[in-house]
Amino acid sequence: MKHFADLYWRLDAITSTAEKVASLREYFAAAPADDAAYALTVLAGARQLRIVSTRQLRAWAAEVAGLPDWLVEECYAHVGDLAETIALLLPEPTERSPGETSLADVVRRTILDLRGADDARKREVVTATWRRLEPRERIVWHKLLTGGLRVGVSRALVARALAEVAGVEPAVMAHRLMGDTVADGQAFARLLVPESSAADSRRPYPFYLASAVDRPAHVADDLGPVSAWQAEWKWDGMRAQIVRRGDDTTIWSRGEELVNEAFPEVVAAGASLPPGTVMDGELLAVRNGRLLGFAALSKRAGRKRITKRLLDEIPCVFVAYDLLEWGGEDLRERTLDERRRLLEVLVPAPFSATHEQGVVPDGVIQRSPVVDATTWDDLESRRAMSRTLGVEGLMLKRRASPYRVGRVRGDWWKWKIEPLEIDAVLLYAQAGHGRRAGLHSDYTLGLWDDGRLVTVAKAYSGLADEEIVEIDRIVRATTLEKHGPVRICRPSVVLQLAFEGVAASTRHKCGVAVRFPRIVRWRRDKEPADAGTLAELKRMIHAPS
Amino acid sequence: MPDLLEVTESGLYCERGDFHVDPWRRVARAIITHAHADHARPGCGRYLCAASGKTVLRTRIGGGSPIDTLRRGESVSINGVRVSLHPAGHLLGSAQVRIEHGGETWVVTGDYKLHDDPTCDRFEPVECDVFVTESTFGLPVYRWRDPAEIAAEINDWWRANRDAGRTSVILAYALGKAQRIATMVDSTIGPIVGHGAVMKIVEAYRASGVRLPSIDRVPPRARRVGDGRALVIAPPSVLGGSWLKLFGETTVAMASGWMTLRGVRRRRGFERGFAVSDHADFPGLLRAIDATGARRVLVTHGFSDSLARYLRETRGLDASVLPTPFTGESPPDASGSPDDDTPDDVDEASTPPADEADS
Repeated sequence: MKHFADLYWRLDAITSTAEKVASLREYFAAAPADDAAYALTVLAGARQLRIVSTRQLRAWAAEVAGLPDWLVEECYAHVGDLAETIALLLPEPTERSPGETSLADVVRRTILDLRGADDARKREVVTATWRRLEPRERIVWHKLLTGGLRVGVSRALVARALAEVAGVEPAVMAHRLMGDTVADGQAFARLLVPESSAADSRRPYPFYLASAVDRPAHVADDLGPVSAWQAEWKWDGMRAQIVRRGDDTTIWSRGEELVNEAFPEVVAAGASLPPGTVMDGELLAVRNGRLLGFAALSKRAGRKRITKRLLDEIPCVFVAYDLLEWGGEDLRERTLDERRRLLEVLVPAPFSATHEQGVVPDGVIQRSPVVDATTWDDLESRRAMSRTLGVEGLMLKRRASPYRVGRVRGDWWKWKIEPLEIDAVLLYAQAGHGRRAGLHSDYTLGLWDDGRLVTVAKAYSGLADEEIVEIDRIVRATTLEKHGPVRICRPSVVLQLAFEGVAASTRHKCGVAVRFPRIVRWRRDKEPADAGTLAELKRMIHAPS
Repeated sequence: MPDLLEVTESGLYCERGDFHVDPWRRVARAIITHAHADHARPGCGRYLCAASGKTVLRTRIGGGSPIDTLRRGESVSINGVRVSLHPAGHLLGSAQVRIEHGGETWVVTGDYKLHDDPTCDRFEPVECDVFVTESTFGLPVYRWRDPAEIAAEINDWWRANRDAGRTSVILAYALGKAQRIATMVDSTIGPIVGHGAVMKIVEAYRASGVRLPSIDRVPPRARRVGDGRALVIAPPSVLGGSWLKLFGETTVAMASGWMTLRGVRRRRGFERGFAVSDHADFPGLLRAIDATGARRVLVTHGFSDSLARYLRETRGLDASVLPTPFTGESPPDASGSPDDDTPDDVDEASTPPADEADS
């Protein structure tokens, strides 16, 4: 546990990639296989169990520290990280163990064994563990216990470190890390074997991730001849791979979760693919030839059990845009052009994005069409149609490029449409977390409606650190009321809010919901009276025909 | 009967004695708890401070106004109000102000700490009826570790950097913290170098009889200083500028109570944070408050709301918030200075002396 806590804190403190990889490598090379397996699962960002609720943890910590609940809450609002708050509040450990305790052992005894235990038992184990762990270990353990451990390393870095331990190529290791979690020491040991094992049959390939173009207005200058690029619509769905090998069909999300249960119709359709086929594409919710949008898709994605009714209400399709394996052969080193030709043979039917143009062809697996254009101007004007089509813009993929691993810049670009924008007034503020702990950096913004300001969105990014500090001071100085960690402020700050779309919503009091709201700049030149109105926002709603 | 002390727009005022304590505007007569800029402002008619703090105060407020002093154990009557000064342990010459009149005693702490600090006298509890206390770190997440343990950590860090050929830079408030750090570290590890703003105070400390290890100045017009073995003590304002480039490869740590919190350290991008503070931690505040025997406590400067409520609920004290013009309650990265509690006190730090301005 100490070693893992050390690793956590080292990764937290260093910024250099090379040093991070070195720290990971040292940990994995030295850790017992069972510890390493658990550490890897956590570092790779697998969904963790939440054995104890944060509410329970707070209550027990207040008891043990002899502090009133309200003071623990104030501390949490100030620190911005519950695991850290509690670690700082508890008394010093009294039963420190001198040597290293196994991470896997600690996790089994104090976390996994508590599954299904009653609260009294949980409390007993938690308080006993507090007496044994030092503050820096407690923080890590709290995060494990509440299922919230995040470490600032990408999967690619973990793969690089493990590849160095195993002596294989990073891409090979990245592939081995896909799919099923590494459940125990044996699985971890298999990961490190020099040649590939037979247990790979369900494994998807590491996703190639696109980057946003640097200068959306200068794509023609920056990317060279248009003929070198294949353009596709950028779908507003869920990235996924269909893996068909032997008799097995699996669907993997970009987060490498198996999502078969959520998309039974896609699994069924995948069963008709020839064995040895892997496609990369997008899951989309589509009914009667019309895209239902991301919100509808989310209703499906979150479920383990899909009812017949939900299947009828929100039918889903898989729109394929790349072919990664064909006849059992890994195609990733072939050019996009070649892969595309094979994909067109495998999936002849192109998906149509346009609700106007009408009907989506039958079939659950379809092909993402290429957006044809002979000049950048052509493409630019097609891109301008994105919002009407319900897509986020265009994808630009280099025709001669292989299918790469992770976020490698240069061959796949997102060329998104410009966001919608409106000036809104800061109404409530709440202290942030992590780097912004203790600073009021989470804002609730409002627009004018009939002479009053009504809240329309919460947003918490996009400003420079110095601006956040400055607004924090304004928030403190203009606080009218405090409700726990939330401060209601006298309207004075106007912020330019950007968002991807607006939809009517019954869940929001103002009647609309904005998608991906974020703050682009502080309009110091504007007074609250100059801010936008709810009516303006409502006019931006794109009503699907 | 009106209170012996009241907050006016110039600060904490004793009408009966016609004097202010740490006024934030120019007043005729100012009693100063310590020389940090948010407590000691230039331009008052007459000052009164602890004898040990006179030289430092003079350095800060400049010439002109007379400074009266009181030694430990001495008291003075100002318009019939009895005033004495008692060590606050915050920095050299920091004092609590004891004010007595008509059988009632008030004590104003200024800033204080209970932990050991070889550069100043230890905090001395003073019995009183009304205790005016700071609360910069008045939340229970703030609990300082033994300064000796932190000193060992700083030394380990310095030694490791020296062995890697990297200059260690420790950012510390130029008045008080910087000198304290110099006494905490093991000066056999390598040379200690002080920024000009730090050296100005080092001289005032030495002139006041405080023993400090040998600290080198940066020579004027130097292009390159040291060979990666040094520990540089500098105010946080050097971060933005080019001054640090003098030292080649560096690793930068911050010494401040706020470094207790990971989020603050990360936000500021420090490679290392040492939670060394010249303020009382939460248990220290409680200990100090309990020791006074005061029935009434006025809390200021920090987490005033929370501490006052805690005192009411757990001790049944008549505790309330004494408003100040400082918003407090936040790790003040405000003006780029995470110094303990002094958001606007970067004057000396942001304008280094001329001999360093060109480097």
